[in-house]
Amino acid sequence: MSLIDSLPRVRTLRLPRADGLIPWIVPLAIILIWQVACVTGFVSARVLPAPSDVALAGWKLLLSGELARDIWVSFWRASVGFLIGGSIGFAFGLANGLSQLSSKLTDTTLQMVRNIPHLALIPLVILWFGIDESAKLFLVALGVFFPIYLNTLHGIRTVDQQLIEMGRIYGMTDGELFRRVIFPGALPSIFVGLRFALGIMWLTLIVAETIAASSGLGYMAMQAREFMLIDVVVLSILIYALLGKLADSASRALERLTLSWHPAFQKH
Amino acid sequence: MQGSLRFRPIDAEAVESPDFVKPRLLRRDANALLRGLSLTIRGLRKSFGDNEVLRGIDLHIPAGQSVAIVGRSGCGKSTLLRLIAGLESVTAGTIGFGEETRAEDVRVMFQEPRLLPWARVLSNVEVGLGRERASADAQARAESALVEVGLAEKREQWPAVLSGGQKQRVALARALVSRPRMLAFDEPLGALDALTRISMQRLLERVWQDQGFTAIMVTHDVAEAVALADRVLVIEDGRIAHDINVDIPRPRRRGSAELAVLEGSILKNLLQGTEDSSDL
Repeated sequence: MSLIDSLPRVRTLRLPRADGLIPWIVPLAIILIWQVACVTGFVSARVLPAPSDVALAGWKLLLSGELARDIWVSFWRASVGFLIGGSIGFAFGLANGLSQLSSKLTDTTLQMVRNIPHLALIPLVILWFGIDESAKLFLVALGVFFPIYLNTLHGIRTVDQQLIEMGRIYGMTDGELFRRVIFPGALPSIFVGLRFALGIMWLTLIVAETIAASSGLGYMAMQAREFMLIDVVVLSILIYALLGKLADSASRALERLTLSWHPAFQKH
Repeated sequence: MQGSLRFRPIDAEAVESPDFVKPRLLRRDANALLRGLSLTIRGLRKSFGDNEVLRGIDLHIPAGQSVAIVGRSGCGKSTLLRLIAGLESVTAGTIGFGEETRAEDVRVMFQEPRLLPWARVLSNVEVGLGRERASADAQARAESALVEVGLAEKREQWPAVLSGGQKQRVALARALVSRPRMLAFDEPLGALDALTRISMQRLLERVWQDQGFTAIMVTHDVAEAVALADRVLVIEDGRIAHDINVDIPRPRRRGSAELAVLEGSILKNLLQGTEDSSDL
């Protein structure tokens, strides 16, 4: 009797914890297999250091303060570049989505520029800015600009026309119509742009820091390569993965917060 | 029975005749005089490019009447409704309400609920207040409109979790919240299942009787038209082909023989001329 009574309770207690752990099973298993493969000598430490060695290298760098400094520099570049490029892209997306004139004036130009891979500008950017901070910020901002611009524009253009008509019938002013109908309607698409942009942000930063920098995670990896410190190289790659995951989680949290009305984000 | 069917050819200019005022409606009509708007349309034409959709409509609707507009698809009935609601501009002719009106006096309800998915039910109803949205009693008025359609307990829900009928009731509350004096319905029940339709029809009839607004409803469902309306207009080729008073006392019993006979004769008229109507 007591066993039957306690069964459902045990199940409801165990499920949420298991749910939170499931996504981490695969990464943890990979690390475990990797560790075993290194310890048994199946993979040479010159090709791939064991996870424990990578953690040790990270610990040393953390104690010396280098790691924190490099992460901070990279994080600062990523976020400032993202803010600059993202806000310009958002502003153009709004303007071109709302105004025919603005769209006719700038959209064709932006579509042409979009087709140039922004990393192809690296030689030019080095000539212009040297290996200064502004070079990295410029590249990140440029890379982030287009996904935000395109998705904001698309979001605004695809807002349900019937809702806009409804808003007009009920006497909304242009400002109200934007605030209550157009912007919330475009938001899901803007978030798609945001998450694309976050991916491009890291990609651009890694490339820029690897090619031309005197600090940051990419620089740390390049330095380590010169001294054959393969554990540090692997460490920097893992840190990029974690930072990318962090940015993605942050944007998901923001999505859940602002799109709670959306059936896809409702908890069951 | 046949006495209740009066088909009038369009040429007859007698649309202003007061023969629709029936003694049993007097109490409600007194209320309607205060609340409803009357509507007078003269020589109304509407073209989209070369396509003339409405070819001369003359119509008078007294305050507080409920009128159903039926016709085949493409006959111009929805266009007429959109013109009355001010959603399109007229090509020629006039539409007058006989007095100065505010924007909040005429409201439209569409086939789709057109609720803002990102606003809670109560905020969606508040949208209907128009420029009075900012007033202090906005929320109280929205709440009482929700009570009127029987959805008070859904006030904090997202529209996505409501059923089709519930969404349409929220849209009705939004249309009612500004106490309009004329309500235009464009196939408001067209997307609902049969049972939900019947309960919505009862709800529409009840709020119309309570509030005394003038109701104009476009529908493709003749049974719905004769069940709800005081008067049925049949539109053919952009003109009013028939103007029928429905003299059946309320509350009308759905499926009654009287309604069925009237429905049959209107359908027969609708089908005449193009197809063999012997199957009716």
